[in-house]
Amino acid sequence: MEKFEKLSGIAAPMPMINIDTDMIIPKQFLKTIKRSGLGVNLFDEMRYDDDGKEIPDFVLNKPQYREAQILIAGDNFGCGSSREHAPWAIKDFGIRCVIAPSFADIFYNNCFKNGILPIALPQEQVDALMKEAEKGANARVEIDLEAQTVSTSDGEIFAFEVDAFKKHCLLEGLDDIGLTMEKAASIDTFEAKAAQARPWV
Amino acid sequence: MSPKTLYDKIWDAHVAHEAEDGTCLLYIDRHLVHEVTSPQAFEGLRMTNRTVRAPDKTIAVPDHNVPTTLDRANAATMTEDSRIQVDALDKNAKDFGIHYYPVSDVRQGIVHIVGPEQGWTLPGMTVVCGDSHTATHGAFGALAHGIGTSEVEHVLATQTLIQRKGKNMKVEITGKLRPGVTAKDITLSVIGATGTAGGTGYVIEYCGEAIRDLSMEGRMTVCNMAIEGGARAGLIAPDEKTFEYCKGRPHAPKGAQWEAALAWWKTLYSDDDAHWDKVITLKGEDIAPVVTWGTSPEDVLPITANVPAASDFTGGKVDAAQRSLDYMGLTPGTPLSEVEIDTVFIGSCTNGRIEDLRAAAAILKGKKVKDGLRAMIVPGSGLVRAQAEEEGLADIFKEAGFEWRLAGCSMCLAMNPDQLSPGERCAATSNRNFEGRQGRGGRTHLMSPAMAAAAAITGKLTDVREMM
Ligand code: SF4
Repeated sequence: MEKFEKLSGIAAPMPMINIDTDMIIPKQFLKTIKRSGLGVNLFDEMRYDDDGKEIPDFVLNKPQYREAQILIAGDNFGCGSSREHAPWAIKDFGIRCVIAPSFADIFYNNCFKNGILPIALPQEQVDALMKEAEKGANARVEIDLEAQTVSTSDGEIFAFEVDAFKKHCLLEGLDDIGLTMEKAASIDTFEAKAAQARPWV
Repeated sequence: MSPKTLYDKIWDAHVAHEAEDGTCLLYIDRHLVHEVTSPQAFEGLRMTNRTVRAPDKTIAVPDHNVPTTLDRANAATMTEDSRIQVDALDKNAKDFGIHYYPVSDVRQGIVHIVGPEQGWTLPGMTVVCGDSHTATHGAFGALAHGIGTSEVEHVLATQTLIQRKGKNMKVEITGKLRPGVTAKDITLSVIGATGTAGGTGYVIEYCGEAIRDLSMEGRMTVCNMAIEGGARAGLIAPDEKTFEYCKGRPHAPKGAQWEAALAWWKTLYSDDDAHWDKVITLKGEDIAPVVTWGTSPEDVLPITANVPAASDFTGGKVDAAQRSLDYMGLTPGTPLSEVEIDTVFIGSCTNGRIEDLRAAAAILKGKKVKDGLRAMIVPGSGLVRAQAEEEGLADIFKEAGFEWRLAGCSMCLAMNPDQLSPGERCAATSNRNFEGRQGRGGRTHLMSPAMAAAAAITGKLTDVREMM
């Protein structure tokens, strides 16, 4: 997995609550057997009209946000399905960090498996960042995962929380499966015990 | 011993490893797999030369993409990319030696209907699937939740999941339900009360008399939508109804093993003085038949209500409600019972079981679908379909003017050809009314099977109680 240490980039504002996984990547793009190439269809139904032409008003179609690496959004971002196609599409577009007041559990988890950092901040701080993001390409937002801070170009700094294990994996770009396999002995022991206790499983 | 919730008990029985920081490896008893969220996981295994650790605990079935028309044996009914996904699952199931129900098997169906039906899902188990509605299996007192594709690969390779324990939330539905009110109305009303993020970070246990009174099918409907309230998992403590349902299923234990299992299952309940981080109580008699009006499952109102205005809300919900109203093409103040529909969809892992079809048939018997309306019933599995035919339900549906389909997810998410056109309005028994969920520009109103059947007859959202 790609490491995430620091990021300085353009932030795109999406002041909507309940942005669901069907909006992030509609189902017609789930019919792939690959992880890559989904970026062009990120937010497809908001981004393109019925003829497949770009809708100029949509934030990621505006010239100043085409290179956005950070997304600022409303409450409950990523609610809905477990489709990892959502973080795949976000990453493939070039976004490495999403900031919102809250996230849906499964989406939040999926981000970390794909080198994306989801940051939950209190509403007022998200509001401040949303204003900042509305300034466009002139306002770069900086994320420092090690220090757990988000900084604006005016020098405002917000601290955020992140699970220590998830942080470690993201900083080092570690593969979960490899880590778990190092604990194979514990799994073997558990499996043998469980087979005794619950042989019907 | 300190008192425990049902969640605590199942969790404790499955921790294979706990790190100092509290990160656990949770052992997984059943891993269900479907064609959409698994190809990249199997590809990952191949690239790293890993195998499936416990193929005997891994069960696959194609459901999301498959056509549900009667001619689906003809490969031309599937689009090429759908066929590639289904073929990939065929091949992965064979190569890795996991249990498999191909499209041609009568037991094929929606993964969350097949699991319980075949006795794969049992009380006290941990169950995962690359699908958020895995919460369904919680109806058996199994800790069941959806995972992403990376986690699918992790479970395939290690039979464990890296997890931190969630918080405990109790949702109690007291007393009795009124006539015409069903499990679907309970689960939608709970989401209406808590919001779609109300359960984030929690595992919900549903309890109370109204929940106890539900059949296993009804309990699955309730738990199915736990995720729509933000909770990864919903649980209901197993009881005699649960055991009765499981007994004799193909993969349920038999003989002495059954007795041993039963003895353990009977210990699976929340202790009286267990600690809850959050408690919600609804009175069963206060719950009405409900429908959704917007594009979030929390947009729930009794069928007797009017379409709300954006100004009825506060905070971020004002803009969200306006966007929903525009998308849904609804005018504030309109009685919901005057909203006309074009399509009726009865099916999905929320309401595609035999009891759901019986409820719809009870309303449709001797009636006709309103002229010009498209109406389809998609049973949740081949076995549900067979049973409905045996009970004569299929004839009632066909005589009423419904299309009687083969099993699959179908118009719940419209990955197969069953889709709404832009602007089309659908009375649906599924679980998500998101923008575009049933087809680009399609408008979805969620409701119970009986309510959807009533809507099919009148061509409008309808209070089923007027037809009973
Ligand atoms: S029926 Fe719908 S919600 Fe259920 S698994 Fe299929 S697509 Fe998902």
